[in-house]
Amino acid sequence: MESVVFIFSLIDCCALIFLSVYFIITLSDLECDYINARSCCSKLNKWVIPELIGHTVVTVLMLISLHWFIFLLNFPVATWNIYRYIMVPSGNMGVFDPTEIHNRGQLKSHMKEAMIKLGFHLLCFFMYLYSMILALIND
Amino acid sequence: MSAPAGLPPRPSAPPPLGAPAGVAQAGARPQHNGPVQHQMQFFTGYPQNYSAPSGHYAQVPSKAVPSQVDNQYGAGYYSTGYSVPAQSVLTPSVGSNLLNTQGSQQSYSKVPPHPVESAEGLGQGAISSTSYLRTNTPQSYSAFGSHYSTSVSSSVASQGFPLNSGHYAMPMVSSAAYPSLSYPSMATASPYGQVFTSQSLPAIGQFKEMNAFSGQSTVVSHSLQQVPMGYRSTSWSTSDVQSAQDSLSRNHTESLAKASNQTSTVGGVDSSHLVSQNVRFIKSGVGSSVSSAVTSSERTPVDHSAQPGPVPSVTKPSESLLQEGIQYDGYVNNQASSTPAPLSSSSAIDSSSTTSSASPVPNNYDALEGGGFPETRSITSSPAPAPSVPPTSKTSKPFGYGYPALQPGYQNSAPPTSAMQPTNPGHHSGFQQYSQQYPGMNQLSSSLGGLNLQHSQQPESLRPVNLIQDRNILPITPVPAPVPNLNSDLRKLNCSPDSFRCTLTNIPQTQTLLNKAKLPLGLLLHPFRDLTQLPVITSSTIVRCRSCRTYINPFVSFIDQRRWKCNLCYRVNDVPEEFMYNPLTRSYGEPHKRPEVQNSTVEFIASSDYMLRPPQPAVYLFVLDVSYNAVEAGYLTVLCQSLLENLDKLPGDSRTRIGFITFDSTVQFYNLQEGLSQPQMLIVSDIDDVFLPTPDSLLVNLHESKELIKDLLNALPNMFTNTRETHSALGPALQAAFKLMSPTGGRISVFQTQLPSLGAGLLHSREDPNQRSSTKGVQHLGPATDFYKKLALDCSGQQTAVDLFLLSSQYADLASLACMSKYSAGCIYYYPSFHHTHNSAQAEKLQKDLKRYLTRKIGFEAVMRIRCTKGLSIHTFHGNFFVRSTDLLSLANVNPDAGFAVQMSIEESLTDTSLVCFQTALLYTSSKGERRIRVHTLCLPVVSSLADVYAGADVQAVICLLANMAVDRSVSSSLSDSRDALVNAVVDSLSAYMSTVSNLQQSTLIAPNSLKLFPLYVLALLKQKAFRTGTSTRLDDRVYAMCQMKSQPLIHLMKMIHPNLYRIDRLTDEGAIHVNDRVVPQPPLQKLSAEKLTREGVFLMDCGSIFYIWIGKSCDNNFIKDVLGYPNYAAVPQKLTQLPELDTLSSERTRSFISWLRDSRPLNPVLQVIKDESPAKTDFFQHLIEDRTEAAFSYYEYLLQIQQQTCK
Repeated sequence: MESVVFIFSLIDCCALIFLSVYFIITLSDLECDYINARSCCSKLNKWVIPELIGHTVVTVLMLISLHWFIFLLNFPVATWNIYRYIMVPSGNMGVFDPTEIHNRGQLKSHMKEAMIKLGFHLLCFFMYLYSMILALIND
Repeated sequence: MSAPAGLPPRPSAPPPLGAPAGVAQAGARPQHNGPVQHQMQFFTGYPQNYSAPSGHYAQVPSKAVPSQVDNQYGAGYYSTGYSVPAQSVLTPSVGSNLLNTQGSQQSYSKVPPHPVESAEGLGQGAISSTSYLRTNTPQSYSAFGSHYSTSVSSSVASQGFPLNSGHYAMPMVSSAAYPSLSYPSMATASPYGQVFTSQSLPAIGQFKEMNAFSGQSTVVSHSLQQVPMGYRSTSWSTSDVQSAQDSLSRNHTESLAKASNQTSTVGGVDSSHLVSQNVRFIKSGVGSSVSSAVTSSERTPVDHSAQPGPVPSVTKPSESLLQEGIQYDGYVNNQASSTPAPLSSSSAIDSSSTTSSASPVPNNYDALEGGGFPETRSITSSPAPAPSVPPTSKTSKPFGYGYPALQPGYQNSAPPTSAMQPTNPGHHSGFQQYSQQYPGMNQLSSSLGGLNLQHSQQPESLRPVNLIQDRNILPITPVPAPVPNLNSDLRKLNCSPDSFRCTLTNIPQTQTLLNKAKLPLGLLLHPFRDLTQLPVITSSTIVRCRSCRTYINPFVSFIDQRRWKCNLCYRVNDVPEEFMYNPLTRSYGEPHKRPEVQNSTVEFIASSDYMLRPPQPAVYLFVLDVSYNAVEAGYLTVLCQSLLENLDKLPGDSRTRIGFITFDSTVQFYNLQEGLSQPQMLIVSDIDDVFLPTPDSLLVNLHESKELIKDLLNALPNMFTNTRETHSALGPALQAAFKLMSPTGGRISVFQTQLPSLGAGLLHSREDPNQRSSTKGVQHLGPATDFYKKLALDCSGQQTAVDLFLLSSQYADLASLACMSKYSAGCIYYYPSFHHTHNSAQAEKLQKDLKRYLTRKIGFEAVMRIRCTKGLSIHTFHGNFFVRSTDLLSLANVNPDAGFAVQMSIEESLTDTSLVCFQTALLYTSSKGERRIRVHTLCLPVVSSLADVYAGADVQAVICLLANMAVDRSVSSSLSDSRDALVNAVVDSLSAYMSTVSNLQQSTLIAPNSLKLFPLYVLALLKQKAFRTGTSTRLDDRVYAMCQMKSQPLIHLMKMIHPNLYRIDRLTDEGAIHVNDRVVPQPPLQKLSAEKLTREGVFLMDCGSIFYIWIGKSCDNNFIKDVLGYPNYAAVPQKLTQLPELDTLSSERTRSFISWLRDSRPLNPVLQVIKDESPAKTDFFQHLIEDRTEAAFSYYEYLLQIQQQTCK
């Protein structure tokens, strides 16, 4: 049973890693002026909710399967994702707003955030991998 | 030597101006001496030298006449005269060839006692030349000249020098440095060459002969060059003169300041003696001081080398060039020989040790450098290198490197400046001394008077002002924009502060320094301003930097004839063949004289490379609310009337198209296709999925269908009189408008009178009237939906702008609606409680605004890019536009009333440069279908000391930028946050300043003079509708004020924040100015406080968009009779919006003053006469921001609060 949990987490984590990479690539495209702010933001906003769901599911799964350490590790990041989504002002077009992304260094902070998430997901990936192998051996 | 190259372009511009300045200066110097009367000094130190310079002045007139045939080119001619000075200077030592010189010398020596005389002589010379304008140049020049002359006398060079007198050492130099000999023949080259030469020549004795030769050749070229100058002078003359004066005065003052510093530093020994010397320096100009230095000896060789540089200046064109060149040079040289600076200083020290008198000299130099006498700086540096390094190598260096080398130079300059800082007080006193001396000069011409003022300016900006004790800090005339502390030529070329302003006119070197100053760094732009004079350039190739795409501008440097160095990224670019030809003068080989390089504001006609599609016709679409509310308000009458009147004045060509859409709960289209007998209305009631009934015939050619359009406009106001439809389907109407406009782009003008209540984009009332005067946070400053934002972005993508006219009496959620204009680069007008009969003031305002709106210039499909020198970066933009990529603003439309602001940060230290530049390029399609690029370039100095940063603060720009930032803050965070941030901005910057000034008592509140209005303006901001709390403010009013802050240009915004108050019942002709044969009285500005109001008086308040005239209860009946046309106070009606045209003196004065105020701005302000007891007087009194209100502090209380916080 435990191995199933970790296999799922591993797959989910892979998806999140790809998503982070996608965010980074798109944002750096914007930085280099390869795409315009409008298309960049609409691309990224599409993936904000999948990311949020993907990560929340893993976190909840860890809670249910009583892996406290991994849950506590994931919890702050999941909270941040939800908080960020909820706090979008009503007039904005999503977490990424084309009219503001070039102001007040928002682009940079988005970039930084995506980088940190990538690192975090990589860490989680190896943890899940280890736990999965351990679980498979135990089975 | 990139620097020298750069110089040439500017010089041409400066020369016309320069001449007058020179004259003024010459006059001024003697005078200075006069007051001080340090004759002793002259005799003791350098009688010879001293006389020499004077001789040179005297010569100028005499020489000039013979040499120059054309009066027109007097300026240029004059310059030649100047160059002559160099010769003359030499003469004394050599045994002078020039008769004139001697005479001139004599006069000069006399000068000290009889300042007036000398001035006259100079004046005459100047007159003959015609061009009074030269001022700047002469100053610097003269300084150099003297400097050189001195050196000559002392050094071996004397022999060689006469030859040099040709000054044309430069050609030589160039040849030395440059294998290619082409230079001598090329006039252009000469300026550069000269500069270099100065360094190299002295070192190399052998060259002298050569120089002489080259000098001759150059001379020829000079005469040729003059022609362009003449051209220049015509266009520039008036404005330039002023600036020139400014620069002069500045230099002067600075030198003074420095001098004083020196004194302090020198300390002990011959303190009196030294002091006198310093003073003298100041007065006489740099030149004299230099001469003294020369006497000191060791330096001479060095100076010598320097001398050549000035000499070249002999050419008129080159003069101006020289100055610039020198300046640049200074930097360049510094760069090239970073060591030199230190060296020079050390040498200076040595000399000082040898001779007591000498000691002042070195100091002087340093001081000069710091002071922003770039030229001097360069000189100093150059001498040093000469001894240490073989001349040739030096010359080559400057050529090749230009910028990198700059650093050292910069550093050199830095130390002096920093020195200034601590000595502030002393320096100040020096200044005072100076000013005292000045009065003697009053007899001088008015131009000199101007100088006088200017002189005081520089130290002024740092003068500590005790805000709590000094109650009258508001100047009696409107606050001028500070002038950047640049050398005179650069200053003349610099962009007008009306179009381009920076919050700090001295850019701090590093982000750390900027953080210390606690002032925001940013630009305020008004790029599409209506200009009376704008050089338009048609050229198949537009010269731009190949790496950063910067347009060529006056601040680039020409490395040689074929290459120029970008002033933003420092890349070296080729000058294209076509650019070598100057169409204005029809001459070849003078790229630095092209208009692009002579004007910091130019407009290019762009080729098809700058188009994504062929220029589209001008398309205007009007989207009109015709619901019950709208019909009741009656705006349609006003609009249709205005449109009918201005139909022919709409900007556009024969292709111009126009269309109309009306909406209530349905959307109505109007088929105006040519051939119809009358307009055809097409109603689309499916507002959930709007479609265009006949896509082709809704936007019609204005000229072909004019009759139908007129019919429609005549019919529209009455078409809906009986409507009972109260709903408003704004969203669907906008979607339809977008569909209609998307093929071509253009302008959509939306008239809305209520909250949209149907279809997409419907809004709900969010305002709670009970919270209007809440002191807690204000909610709902941001949009409620992203519908309008998305629509705006769609429109922006299709090059369509949406302009919003909101005429509602109820809450209409402007915060949401405004988004349609904000992000599509439109503009927003708001007329609260509009009614065409009940509120005639608003109706009149709408009418006037519409007139301006319909007829003003417009640019379509515009993009704007703001570039700045490497190291600076823009991180936030304010204004109405969409930021498409990091530095590209997409403006579907651009109008002359739009202002923009950007915030910047310093990402890399600017230590290796002494100047930074900013360039905005606005690419747009004119209404005639031409693709044009308007380019503004601003150049500012870099400083390394905190005091200099404060000295250069532009308080109005700072306030406007802060207002923009505060608006952002209140939307993204909360209103109270932004209010706190505003107060903290004052507290932080003032306490940072006070901590730099150590000797102050902590109990007071001190501000530098440049920032003395800062607290007042911030208080005004806090009491502005946008940010006030506690006073009942409708949400829409507040949001509208915020929108204005984001999109108004600085001049309008300042009037809005801090209105001007004048007393107008006693207008006199004293100090009046003449405009178009009319006498316009200039009453002094009054403090915005009720203490200034008296019941006997009548006051005019200029709030930018509205004029209030407040009439006191016991006002003089004569005024009411003569100006208002009523027998007494009681007879004056409550609502009066116009002044009658009465044939009395006071009426005429009042009206001419008001119309003068009106003419100075594009928007026609409405006039409102307010009697003391009328209810409207609250409108007037709310603007008296220095007074206490129930919800806000008075100015004094607020100062005490700030003081409390700074002491923490």
